[in-house]
Amino acid sequence: MTNTQTNTPDTLPKRPIYMRRGPMENLATAIIGLGFLMMFQPFVLALYTWSFITLLAGTVMFIIVSKFPE
Amino acid sequence: MDNDTGMIDRAATVAARATPPRLVRRVRGLSDKAIAWLFIAPTMILLLVINIFPLIWTIQLSFTNYRANRPNAEVVNVGLRNYERLLTDPDVWIAMQTTAQFVFWSILLQTVIGFSLAYLIDRKFRGHAFWTTVILIPMMLSPAVVGNFWRFLYQPQIGLFNYIVSFFTGVEPSSFEMLGSVSLAPWSIVIVDTWMWTPYVMLICLAGLRSIPDYIYEAAEVDRASPWRQFWSITVPMALPFIMLAVLFRGIENFKMFDMVNLLTGGGPGSITEVASITLKRQAFEAWRTGPSSAFAIILFVAVFGLANIYVKALNRVKQR
Repeated sequence: MTNTQTNTPDTLPKRPIYMRRGPMENLATAIIGLGFLMMFQPFVLALYTWSFITLLAGTVMFIIVSKFPE
Repeated sequence: MDNDTGMIDRAATVAARATPPRLVRRVRGLSDKAIAWLFIAPTMILLLVINIFPLIWTIQLSFTNYRANRPNAEVVNVGLRNYERLLTDPDVWIAMQTTAQFVFWSILLQTVIGFSLAYLIDRKFRGHAFWTTVILIPMMLSPAVVGNFWRFLYQPQIGLFNYIVSFFTGVEPSSFEMLGSVSLAPWSIVIVDTWMWTPYVMLICLAGLRSIPDYIYEAAEVDRASPWRQFWSITVPMALPFIMLAVLFRGIENFKMFDMVNLLTGGGPGSITEVASITLKRQAFEAWRTGPSSAFAIILFVAVFGLANIYVKALNRVKQR
């Protein structure tokens, strides 16, 4: 009985937020979205210059964090 | 049930007997994992040869000054200079903006018209199956065919499009040229893309609308909700993941739009319809700057790959519904 209780998700130690898939995937998606906006915006050339690295960072981050446990 | 199992066993025995003994002996020596790999291997090899190898080669070329028309010239490693030039070049930036404008307007029109058509088709009026087929025809045509016949439709002298516009507005048919005018050429491509791909958006939206259970509407009617309220509180929220899916699908496709633009305007007049893929083609096969064009291809690839990740996430959300 005690064993069953200790194995429930409520009693498991919580992972830090940067190790959880959900929030980190959302963050990566936001970075990809930001990179997209920077790449296709018509206002500031400097934003376009930095857009690729932002997009790349977001995409790599998405690939990594999508392997994290929920 | 027992009869079925017996039949399956008999079929398995017959199949086993038909397998040559030498092959049986060889397969028996393999683990389940090895047999699984044996089945996957041809696809993996094909993927490696057709997709992964060219990708890696393109990444490698993007750091060099390689020119495909001078294969014997010395190839110098230029580091990140190709990327640096492309990401500070105002012409490339303008091509990106042109692409974004095309994507925005064509997706906006396709979503609005596609959803409206799906909503109408979902009413199940008499002959709705026939009209669904008719609406789907443009999507089934080849882009090369579509591009060529729209060129004829846009002809200022004999084109049907100009005559239809003239019929509704009273403007002289030969007084405007859709493909030759700086202000109209971008719209001519948006119109063709919308005409061709709206049925696709309609199909996805229709799937979304058909997935809404009837009892929700019945409950709303019991609560005396108006059709307007039902539309905004039930139909739109429940079909939204499907609409998002359609938008993402079309977004990814439109960022790579090449065939239609190349056939209709070729990037002209001037460079007003020069989308990123046309710039890429000009750099790669007209200026023969293979190294920088490889870098440009990688930039576009990362952009589309990022969008595809968001698409996969949206797809998972739809699946969880």
